[in-house]
Amino acid sequence: MAQNRDPSIKKSFRLIQLWTDERWRGLIFQFLLILALCILVAFIISNTIQNLKTAGMASGYDFIFDTASFDINQRLIEYSSTSTYGRAIIVGGLNTIVVAILGIFASTIIGFIAGILRLSRNFLISRLVGIYVEFIRNVPVLLQIIFWWVILLALPKVRDSLSIGDSIFLSNRGIRLPSPIYEEGSFWVLAAFIIAIALSLIIRRWSFKRQEVTGQTLPIWIIAPALIIFLPVIIFFMLGQPIGFETPVRSKFNLRGGFNVTPEFVALWLALSTYTAAFISEIVRAGISSVSAGQKEAARALGLKQNITMRKIILPQALRVIIPPLTSQYLNLTKNSSLAVAIGYQDIVSIGDTVLNQSGRVLEVISIFMLFYLTLSLATSAFMNWYNKKINLIER
Amino acid sequence: MDTPDLNYAGSNKSRPPPANTVGIIGWIRSNLLGGPVNTCLTLISCYILWLIVPPLLDWTIFNADFTGDSGRECTTEGACWAWLDQRIYQFLYGFYPPDSYWRVNIAIILLLPALAYVLFDKLPFSRQGRWFSLTYPFLATFLLIGGIGLEGITTDKFGGFMLNLVAGISGIVLSLPIGILLALGRRSKLPAIRILSVSFIEFIRGVPLITLLFVAVIILQLFLPPNVTLDQLVRVMIMITLFASAYMAEVIRGGLQAIPNGQYEAGKAMGLSYWQSMRLIILPQALKISIPGIVNTFIGLFKDTTLVIIIGLFDILGQARVLQTNPDWMGKVDYETFLIAAIFFFIVCFSISRYSINLEKRLDTDHD
Repeated sequence: MAQNRDPSIKKSFRLIQLWTDERWRGLIFQFLLILALCILVAFIISNTIQNLKTAGMASGYDFIFDTASFDINQRLIEYSSTSTYGRAIIVGGLNTIVVAILGIFASTIIGFIAGILRLSRNFLISRLVGIYVEFIRNVPVLLQIIFWWVILLALPKVRDSLSIGDSIFLSNRGIRLPSPIYEEGSFWVLAAFIIAIALSLIIRRWSFKRQEVTGQTLPIWIIAPALIIFLPVIIFFMLGQPIGFETPVRSKFNLRGGFNVTPEFVALWLALSTYTAAFISEIVRAGISSVSAGQKEAARALGLKQNITMRKIILPQALRVIIPPLTSQYLNLTKNSSLAVAIGYQDIVSIGDTVLNQSGRVLEVISIFMLFYLTLSLATSAFMNWYNKKINLIER
Repeated sequence: MDTPDLNYAGSNKSRPPPANTVGIIGWIRSNLLGGPVNTCLTLISCYILWLIVPPLLDWTIFNADFTGDSGRECTTEGACWAWLDQRIYQFLYGFYPPDSYWRVNIAIILLLPALAYVLFDKLPFSRQGRWFSLTYPFLATFLLIGGIGLEGITTDKFGGFMLNLVAGISGIVLSLPIGILLALGRRSKLPAIRILSVSFIEFIRGVPLITLLFVAVIILQLFLPPNVTLDQLVRVMIMITLFASAYMAEVIRGGLQAIPNGQYEAGKAMGLSYWQSMRLIILPQALKISIPGIVNTFIGLFKDTTLVIIIGLFDILGQARVLQTNPDWMGKVDYETFLIAAIFFFIVCFSISRYSINLEKRLDTDHD
């Protein structure tokens, strides 16, 4: 008992306690570890300073204001060869984000479809999807990226490019798509689109409330898409078609007009989406299989239709299992997009590599990459954690 | 007691099920043609198969060229396999001297018993086997690099599929102890150790492997004293090991979390120290549960070893690229070389993943 203990024992401290007492030992151990780490870091820093001095390399982040003097063919913001290194790196970062977002979008769709088809009763389709998943999953993604790139580069030259309906042209320089032209009034079409989304969200909430009170449901999955499609279209025609398309035109040696997507981007996007989709389909399959058969039988016993059973009973429960591994797949896709450097898609690593070679600021450039990816990873996982919390069952 | 008469309902012979629900017809009815959606899916799959399989067979086999000394001799529409007989060794061994291929082969053959003694308990000579497993890494290094009695071979000669195997296997083996320490560190009660482990793990998992490989090639040399130089392959292997150890730590942490608290308390009650209870009670159980996860990490890491081509090493994918740009073969072997490289990875990764699923099922029943 603590109160019976002689107070003099408590105060006395013997040197052996440093080793025998767990708390003291822990403190000493941590202290030594931190000390060792500090010595290691100091050693590395002093070596680095010395090495940089002997190699005559400059250091510091001031290089980001120097002129980059190289071109970037895919840019979301204003950039030319007279822009700064800093701007070049931002362009690269945006390119990474673009391919990651489009990749996540495509891989989710393909992955969910493949996962559901894999569980189909149809023998042929489930086996076919199985072959796709197993083959893609077990082959390195870098090989797939380079493979798609080589295929796209083997397309015919620009002068004999393949055309789809005379508006999309495929050649070894990439895919040329019609580009939209915004005239006066196109703002209202966009506004109508946003209003339609907001309206359908409001209707959805109202219909849920009504269902709770009266038990009646609205066919919201018909109303919402109809609203989102038709409202902007009606406004579009009312204002006299303010958004037009400039289709590319084939001249003798070149294609003019339109909007060009580079083969590097298409290869990277295709490979990342199909590769990640194979993993996502396995996650979806595992998630759906994890919902016990009793749930499906209960829904049937209550007289629910098949699609309602899937939407309201199976998927909500499966999603709780699906979301955490899905998050890590999204993160993997984002990190795998750095393999762009192998085919020269100008993402942050590829541009950073050029900057690194031109400016010689190795430490600084690589620290920028790492910070960029760490931020993306933390942001994605924060968002997915929030979403996961939202859909989780609230238990008593 | 008398047995009740089971034949009260008349005939004791039950009628056979309807002919269209059993046998091949029944199988087809329920698996291929059950309902309009199902029939549609079957038709679509048949169409896809018809679209893919005959041209693929034509290309790979029926229309292919199998002999010749250069791409110019491949004149048919199909694939050009003429390079296989001379170049396959480069795909497998890179620039390793041909008269020393046996050293690589022996190292790979010896790997199997070395792994088996780590993975399974009930094998004959398990005591000697464990010692063999422990000495295997040194033996393999000696065989591959040479030294006492064997001709020395520098690591820049390593290449092809062998480079993938060396980088992948050494990465996973070396990362296991580091991963265990990191996992224990992450669950430690000592704040400094916990924070250091968590930040290391999250940092490594947050950045792509390629940035770490850039560090290996460009920066690591800056960190070392000026007169010390490290072999390129060693630098790459250090980074691959650090990368794998962060993922390994998370897998093992999962295993540690699955061990019930009673086991930890039991260790304490027996008067075991922290390290004793970890070594004798917790880790044997936790590692056993983590084996499927460790295997999956290995598959991922093994596929990631192809990234070394970005920093200028020639693994199997690198060899494929070399052949594709070779003037003798240019433009003729693009898809063929990719296919061969892909098949090598597929065979290794697919069989390991099947094994891991099998293992998962076997381990699962233990806990029921």
